[in-house]
Amino acid sequence: MTKNLGWKLIAIIGTLLVFLFGIFGAPNNWSQGALAAMTNRIHLGLDLKGGTHLILQVQVNDAVRADAERAIERLKEDLRTRKIAFAEISQPDPVNAPDKIVIAGIPPESSSDFKSIVSDRLPEYDPTSGAQNSWALTMKPTLLADLKNRAVAQSIETIRNRVDKLGVSEPVIQEHGLGQYQILVQLPGVDDPARVKEIMQSTAMLEIRQAMNGGQPYPDEQAALAGNNGLLPEGTALLTGKSIGGTDEGRTVYWLVSRSTAVAGRDLREARVNRSPDTNRMEVDFNLTGEGGQRFGTFTRNHVNDYLAVVLDNKVMEVARIESEIGDSGRITGNFTEQAAKDLALVLNSGALPAGIKYLEERTVGPSLGADSIKSGVRAAVVGMLAVLIFMLVYYRGAGINADVALILNLIILLGFLGFSGATLTLPGIAGVILTVGMGVDSNVLIFERIREELRNGKTPPSAVEQGFSHAWITIVDTHVTTIVSAFILFIFGTGPVKGFAVTLTFGLLANLFTAVFVSRVIFDWILSRKQRGEALSI
Amino acid sequence: MEFFQNTNIDFLGKKWYFLAFSLVFSVAGILSMLFWHGIPLGVDFRGGTLVYVKYSHTPDIATIHAALDRAGLRNARVQAYDVPSNNEVIIALDIQETNEASLDKGKTQIIQALSTNAPAGKQDLNNASSLTIKNLLMDKDPLHAGPDADAKYAPIAQAIVGYRDRAKSGVLGSVGDLGGTVDPAALGVLQDGFYVSDYGVRNVEIVGPQVGSQLRKQALLAILYSLLGMLVYLAFRFELIYGIAAVVTVFHDTLITVGAFSLMNKEISLTVLAAILTLVGYSNNDTIVVFDRIRENIKLMRREKLSDIVNRSINQTLSRTILTAGLTFLTVLALYVFGGEVLHGFSFALVIGILIGTYSSIAIAAPILVAYQDWRADRGKRPVAMPVDPGKREKVRAKA
Repeated sequence: MTKNLGWKLIAIIGTLLVFLFGIFGAPNNWSQGALAAMTNRIHLGLDLKGGTHLILQVQVNDAVRADAERAIERLKEDLRTRKIAFAEISQPDPVNAPDKIVIAGIPPESSSDFKSIVSDRLPEYDPTSGAQNSWALTMKPTLLADLKNRAVAQSIETIRNRVDKLGVSEPVIQEHGLGQYQILVQLPGVDDPARVKEIMQSTAMLEIRQAMNGGQPYPDEQAALAGNNGLLPEGTALLTGKSIGGTDEGRTVYWLVSRSTAVAGRDLREARVNRSPDTNRMEVDFNLTGEGGQRFGTFTRNHVNDYLAVVLDNKVMEVARIESEIGDSGRITGNFTEQAAKDLALVLNSGALPAGIKYLEERTVGPSLGADSIKSGVRAAVVGMLAVLIFMLVYYRGAGINADVALILNLIILLGFLGFSGATLTLPGIAGVILTVGMGVDSNVLIFERIREELRNGKTPPSAVEQGFSHAWITIVDTHVTTIVSAFILFIFGTGPVKGFAVTLTFGLLANLFTAVFVSRVIFDWILSRKQRGEALSI
Repeated sequence: MEFFQNTNIDFLGKKWYFLAFSLVFSVAGILSMLFWHGIPLGVDFRGGTLVYVKYSHTPDIATIHAALDRAGLRNARVQAYDVPSNNEVIIALDIQETNEASLDKGKTQIIQALSTNAPAGKQDLNNASSLTIKNLLMDKDPLHAGPDADAKYAPIAQAIVGYRDRAKSGVLGSVGDLGGTVDPAALGVLQDGFYVSDYGVRNVEIVGPQVGSQLRKQALLAILYSLLGMLVYLAFRFELIYGIAAVVTVFHDTLITVGAFSLMNKEISLTVLAAILTLVGYSNNDTIVVFDRIRENIKLMRREKLSDIVNRSINQTLSRTILTAGLTFLTVLALYVFGGEVLHGFSFALVIGILIGTYSSIAIAAPILVAYQDWRADRGKRPVAMPVDPGKREKVRAKA
């Protein structure tokens, strides 16, 4: 026993040192004081540090709809080249069933040709025949789910790009498992959430399309319809934009543009901010990729003296006459402030979002509140801890020291764990630390009460200690398991502060198994080894 | 020192008093949930907009109401937050005014409505971000930094915001307060471009309807799963009836705790839910300690009646139960008193829950066990004691 005791003491001191390192780091980082060293190692949650917590909904149906629109274009082309007649291709319910395409008027004799086109060219869609020679295409369920998940993954990637470029330190951007197609974003220390939110939300879909009507806008929708005999020409769409220059600058006007795009966001290589020497206004220049540049070249060559429109997120930003073939660059002018131009270049450079996003939840904790929370949390922790330590000393005397050593070690292991694991400490997490102290002392009380009971029954101190630990052990495991089950469920269901609470509680109770049982036992054995046979135990 | 030595209280004999006590509290809670306050849900579960505003003087709620009314926010609720000396109010909008299409519209309206003394052309320094401050400084360039303006003014703007938020708790009395923090030339520019309002926004919580209903569903699931987890674990470690007794007890504790929130019309937030889930685990601790002792004593005292064994077990563990509950209660009380307003609901739930949880492990769990065994005995069956494991039983007897 005594021989083992030495090794056990070394193990305990080793553990102590390792976890102290977890809290404070190496001694060379201690120059700014213990507290600074500690906050370097242990990450504080948003509720303590201040910052913004957002939950975003990715509107995955946007991505599905875009895919279906591309499929429709491809299908029309193929049906035309294979000379299969059709009356109309449409999406009956683009909002709720964005993957559903209905093709009307396929002659019965062409139906096998039609099916082969679908299976060759649109293998991700399942055709079913309907009434009156119509066919319906729906996307295969596994591929549909895939497409949606890809849209979420890509949105996370894009948002991370943008947030990184904003210089936010230690952001959290991840899928929010509690909802469907949701993203959780945590931005510590951001004091201007409105701007960051706008930057994240901008789909940044840049397109160049052909502008109709001689590059002139319409003042309103009625005028646009009237100018085209009450019906928009095939393959065109009406988009809004702000008029630039002239007396009515900034008014909303309507542009007639082609539906098809000459250049789309994925063809963009780089965007830069410039101040125009002529107008002294901010503008954003962009370069296209090789492939995009070629397509832009072909488009401009075929449309010399026509007009092109630069469209951003379905808003016309700029309309210009094509003087000659243009290679691989373009420009967006507008009434930008310097900040707005910079932000636009940033979102363009970080890529387009595959689908729109919507904010579902926003929480901003000001840094002043966070600082107050730390103060009150720490104060409560110190008071609670001291109350328990003093009580144990008074009530159990000698054994109280034992319990206090175990509790302090428990706290060191818990904080060290937080330092090593990179888990965040939140305000409820501090409460979890206090609660660990309160609950952790339960193990000591269980053991001590049992030892007292055994002593009362006339056992010698060594055998009472032995019996006390062995009887209490099973109970301690049972009580820890139930609390950890609760904490685990909290961890799964909770976010942010609540998750931090679950983490500290779980770590704390696990550490308690070690300190209250192993460490406390070693201390008892050490005390007993120094006592004469028959000498009383202070408990 | 020792508080309880060889107590011999007939707990089971008092079970009707316990039942009456529990019934009074449960029924009061249920009635309040059904007919009085309902279950008061916080913004996390209900959805809505909360803006926490700190004033530089004692806020006048009627004036704030009037300003919000003028801005068309007639349904906004304004209430004082924390201790009065803190000068803080919460302005709340219901879920109807919190629309997912533009989630933060309500917040923007509130902030605009409060800025009543804004001089033309100046921005509010108390609610300006460091970026706004930096942009103004870069624009005017009082320190003649030229091309290095960004690198020069960013830390100055940070320092201003830091001073406002940390040293002044978020509200400056005047732009001149920054005198000790920034260069006089820069201060002049700040005084030209900014004014200070009498408030600062400290905290904003906006929860859209979708997240609210999502969280409500998940909260129920979480409580259900943790009860189920307890049941399975205890059924596995003891016997099914022990698990059922423990879970009924914990359910009783949860009901009374939620009932207390309803009776006092305190809002249940996410952190309160976390406290309740913790109680599900904690309240089981006491029950398990008693059950463990019952199991042990059944093996040692085979001739005695179960009710005697149970009484004996409760008395033997009474000292430990009261001590640990008392110590946990001490720590939770420290949280309740010193933990600040943010943790108030959380620590309140723990204060109530620990009292009830300790009481119920003695007064509810054990009597359920005995009542079940009596019922079985009436039908002529042996009491359920332990999973039969002859080897283990022999060993225990040998020890005894």
